Amino acid sequence: MIVVNTEYVPGQSIVEVKGLVQGNTVRAKHVGRDIAAGLKNIFGGELRGYTDLLIEARREALGRMVAEAERLGANAVLNVRFATSAITSGAAELYAYGTAVVLQ
Amino acid sequence: MIEFLLSLLFVLLFVLGPLLLAAAGVAVGWIVEANHFRRLEEGERQLGHLVVSDLKQLPENWAASDASLVCGEAAIARDSLKSFLAGLRRLVGGRIRAYETLMERARREALLRMLRQAQAAGANAVWNVRVSSSAVGGGERQKTFGVLVIAYGTALKVRGTEA
Repeated sequence: MIVVNTEYVPGQSIVEVKGLVQGNTVRAKHVGRDIAAGLKNIFGGELRGYTDLLIEARREALGRMVAEAERLGANAVLNVRFATSAITSGAAELYAYGTAVVLQ
Repeated sequence: MIEFLLSLLFVLLFVLGPLLLAAAGVAVGWIVEANHFRRLEEGERQLGHLVVSDLKQLPENWAASDASLVCGEAAIARDSLKSFLAGLRRLVGGRIRAYETLMERARREALLRMLRQAQAAGANAVWNVRVSSSAVGGGERQKTFGVLVIAYGTALKVRGTEA
């Protein structure tokens, strides 16, 4: 499965467009991390707990998107985009979408 | 005896009452969500022939005409009892399924409305689709009411889709 955020893959042409595929996940860190982040807020710096949260969320969202593309019989996902939203404090949503295609 | 009856009444009113209300709330929220998913599936089946993509360009051998902008919006309120359970989940961290389905419903609804508009325009494909979302209400230390999603793209009449 080729996953790229470009419009096309050099040297390969689109044989069939399977359609939009997407994956999302909403995640939170435990409350201890939220408190630690609040303390970190005093001096600034990287919020490592939330960085991990985002990494996990990205893997999960991409994984679901790819699973949907596989289900449709595609061999590549082009023009992948990410979007985030804050539904509630301390939790983040990551959403990934792209176009599932058959390349040759 | 009277005292016993009064205490029984008290228990019924102040302990079982709220519990029953909460259970009813959960049941109603669950039914509303299940119905929404059913409607979404039905709509997606009806509009399944439209080719949807977030690519900017068409494959080389395709030809297109009648381009027009199509949009779909959806605002879905969050279920307060589920939000309460999600709040408990936030204490330990991890996936919050209640919000995942909330966002999914909003997004699929917005995309579906976009597709309906495309079909009304006589299109058979929607290109360069973008999806954007935000929370409704809220602000500093305030609860949000729900989520807003807007989906937009370019409706096209394409030919030569069978390579």
